[in-house]
Amino acid sequence: MRGVTSLILLLGLLLGSVAPLQAAIDAYQFKDRATEERFQQLTNELRCPKCQNQNIADSASPIASDLRHEVYRMLEAGESDQQIVDFMVTRYGEFVLYRPRVNEMTWLLWFGPFALLAIGLLVVVLISRRRRRLPAGPAIASRPEGEQLAPAERERLEQLLQQDKNR
Amino acid sequence: MRRIVLFLPLVLFFGLGFFLWRGLSIDPTELPSARLNQPFPAFQLASLTEPDRLLSAQDLKGQPALVNVWATWCPTCKEEHAFLNQLAARHEVQIFGINYKDDPLKAREWLKRYLNPYTAVILDEQGTLGLDLGVYGAPETYVVDADGVIRYRHVGAVDEKVWGQLKGLLDELRGGGA
Repeated sequence: MRGVTSLILLLGLLLGSVAPLQAAIDAYQFKDRATEERFQQLTNELRCPKCQNQNIADSASPIASDLRHEVYRMLEAGESDQQIVDFMVTRYGEFVLYRPRVNEMTWLLWFGPFALLAIGLLVVVLISRRRRRLPAGPAIASRPEGEQLAPAERERLEQLLQQDKNR
Repeated sequence: MRRIVLFLPLVLFFGLGFFLWRGLSIDPTELPSARLNQPFPAFQLASLTEPDRLLSAQDLKGQPALVNVWATWCPTCKEEHAFLNQLAARHEVQIFGINYKDDPLKAREWLKRYLNPYTAVILDEQGTLGLDLGVYGAPETYVVDADGVIRYRHVGAVDEKVWGQLKGLLDELRGGGA
């Protein structure tokens, strides 16, 4: 019974220590639900320039906090997602986009996988077509119905079977 | 024809190998500035040392110069400060400072204690100029040409080795201007 109580206490402590961590991320008041969703979307897709491999929503670095604030400020000012993304790109470069824009530089990135898939399909189709066109193997076709083994082969088979029995 | 196809994996291997090998010597934390070869962003900010004086991008023009982003909360800035003092003492180049997201009182105290290598220090208390420049960590040092166009950005401390690079670029800019 004591064990159960202390386990519950421990769980309570663990849960209690998680809550303040989440609260450390700054809380913004949004004018409506849609704006808040746009904020989440944007901060999730913008990369933190300092702490790379984190988006600005997750990062606790000062620069990420500044950029979140900037996104919030621009959203409140009624700017479009495109304007906000452009704002970031002119300052920090294409690098900050976790969803790279489609342009000449990123065509390979966006369409490369589909091109590879198409090449793969083409190869499969070509190979299977060639297989179908080839006549069936002569070795099998030349044998009469019911007799798949040549006499010499049959003899060898008998030998092998005999060997197995004697063992 | 079939022979050539057999060599395809080898070619692919070398292609991939080349890119992976190049990747070893690339530092992913070193980003080229998005402002490269663009005019220094416009600003109107007070001077740290003369609070009544307003500085603008116009003040940076005239000759190639360094613009150094620093703050008293940044340990690496202290490291590089002595070297900036040396550069200023040798009259190698004009250095402008941007005091980035800092307490002006502390910053003035710092310049008194560790000497002031800067021609002028822009007080960017809110970090607005830093944001416009795309600063993501102090110290950063920009090379700005005589027309106020950003030619290079170095992230991290300026030391003898980095100065070698910057000096080369500055000499080039000076030669081009003359």
